[in-house]
Amino acid sequence: MRKLIFGLFIAILPALGLAAGASIPLDTMEPDHTNKESLQRGAALFTNYCMGCHSMEYARYKRVSDDLEIPAALYEENLIFTGAKIGELMKVSMSKDQSADWFGAPPPDLTLESRLRGESWIYSYLRAFYKDDTRPLGVNNVVFENVGMPHVLVDMQGLCAVEPRIGKGASVDPLSGNVNNADACPEYAIEGSMSAADFDRAMYDLTNFLSYMGDPVKVERERMGIFVLIFVAIFFVFAYLLNREYWKDVH
Amino acid sequence: MQKLVSWIDERLPIVDAWNKHVGKYYAPKNFNMWYFFGSLAMLVLVNQLITGIWLTMSYNPSAEGAFASVEYIMRDVEWGWLLRYLHSTGASAFFVVVYLHMFRGLMYGSYQKPRELIWIFGMLIYLVLMAEAFMGYLLPWGQMSYWGAQVIVNLFGAIPVIGEDLSLWIRGDYLISGITLNRFFALHVVALPIVLLGLVVLHILALHEVGSNNPDGIDIKKNKDENGIPKDGIPFHPYYTVHDLLGVGVFFFIFFIVVFFFPEMGGLFLEKPNFEPANALKTPDHIAPVWYFTPFYAMLRAVTVDLFGLDAKFWGVVVMGAAIAILFVLPWLDKSPVRSMRYKGWISKSALAIFVVSFVILGYLGIVPATEGRTIVAQILTTLYFLYFILMPFYTRMEKTKPVPERVTG
Repeated sequence: MRKLIFGLFIAILPALGLAAGASIPLDTMEPDHTNKESLQRGAALFTNYCMGCHSMEYARYKRVSDDLEIPAALYEENLIFTGAKIGELMKVSMSKDQSADWFGAPPPDLTLESRLRGESWIYSYLRAFYKDDTRPLGVNNVVFENVGMPHVLVDMQGLCAVEPRIGKGASVDPLSGNVNNADACPEYAIEGSMSAADFDRAMYDLTNFLSYMGDPVKVERERMGIFVLIFVAIFFVFAYLLNREYWKDVH
Repeated sequence: MQKLVSWIDERLPIVDAWNKHVGKYYAPKNFNMWYFFGSLAMLVLVNQLITGIWLTMSYNPSAEGAFASVEYIMRDVEWGWLLRYLHSTGASAFFVVVYLHMFRGLMYGSYQKPRELIWIFGMLIYLVLMAEAFMGYLLPWGQMSYWGAQVIVNLFGAIPVIGEDLSLWIRGDYLISGITLNRFFALHVVALPIVLLGLVVLHILALHEVGSNNPDGIDIKKNKDENGIPKDGIPFHPYYTVHDLLGVGVFFFIFFIVVFFFPEMGGLFLEKPNFEPANALKTPDHIAPVWYFTPFYAMLRAVTVDLFGLDAKFWGVVVMGAAIAILFVLPWLDKSPVRSMRYKGWISKSALAIFVVSFVILGYLGIVPATEGRTIVAQILTTLYFLYFILMPFYTRMEKTKPVPERVTG
């Protein structure tokens, strides 16, 4: 019983960490690293739309190809644009000095973005661009005010004419792919090629991919963790019996 | 085998040493679950040493390469992610078990005569552990590593006259840089572990000289049988070796839940800003040390008044230093005729409870950003923290204690 209380004591420790909360309301995103199709679509989106500027310089193409079950030849042909070998790190060819001139700051590396800001932040940010003519690039972002990044997904999403309503419970169900409350933008200045729901689904995939990149070993780690805990539990049974045997003669 | 043992024993007293420290070391038979944490601290120390050695094999201690080499360990090194999470979770686990171990000492008066030296060695271990953890935290070279180190090293700058030069000397540069990283690395992986191991040996040697305390705070050596063996004592091996295995089982179960499922522990064990490389030009919105330092950090921030022409920051450093220093003299503050909380009066019991609650809430306040209201709470709790020690000589002497039994109970 005392051990149980101790266990509970340890278990409530993390509750202390919840204190520092974000002030901007966000839509929630629940990543699913076992959904390979979603991750593959996310990888394609990232490579085509983001990797012109954003590197993933701590990760290797080969690992992504292996983990996401994309054949190496197919990957090299369609998802590596820099002429890099598949075993290399996922760098970009744009120089940081030049990009700092163009955007005010060099586009950050995104390998660990999901662990730095969290999946919900990324999912909300990607859907939060709107038209703002006072900004140099003509767009602003509700989640990241006065962001230096252009709205690169404008041909898919379109451009929202007013501030989109982020944090009003929009989400994609990780199991069914059903989209809830996809009506974040009431009025578009430019129409996109995708419906609001389709765009949310695409952004779910892209966020899911970024989440995987931040913590590629998660699925394997959690699978292994179960076996480790089962082992420790069995060890405990034998330790308990051994202890009982020895302590029989202590009065 | 027997021949080999006696061959060695004629040249080195291994049989004697085994008997003195393990086989015929008589420990009280009434240890409860609070007595697991000493051996668990040893277990975590071994974990830190082993995983640390393997991490060093792939880590690059330079400002240019440190952050990338940690990600290299996490992604490209075989089992690197496991080594790293065992080490980072182990650091927090070390403080969890050490805090509980210290609380055990407070509860059962384990610091009282004749165990003052054990307590002092333990406090030195705690001090070195804090230095070790602080320097280790710089090594991943993330934003929080960098700015946390910046804030803490700058504290030395608050000392009058020599302060600025002192912090410059610690950093080896005008700001935290690759030079600082290199020296912290050297201290973290070589110097401090050697000191730590030496202190652990002294801690245990001193313990085995006078014998273990117990939840009743009774001296079991007063009651010996005809062979000179304490009636309430049992040999450490096999009784407590097999008993500690139970503790190891429970500890590992909780430890591995964190390692495999919550390695960041919601930002407590690995802080989120540390997933961004150190940037000397960009200060994070909110700088907070790792959870095990936050009670002292809250005390530092609680001091807001300038005094005697010295600014509040200096007095904050003084308060923080005093909060740790006062623990060293604890054995001489407790004037109670009994050791264990079981036989002390209600004032001691309430004082300990208030102390623990203050310490935990201060830990919380050190994590969250300071507001006016929180600062006032921190000031009150800091006062309570010190009152626990300052008033101890009085309340332990005047309160009515219960009679201590001759033999250990349950």
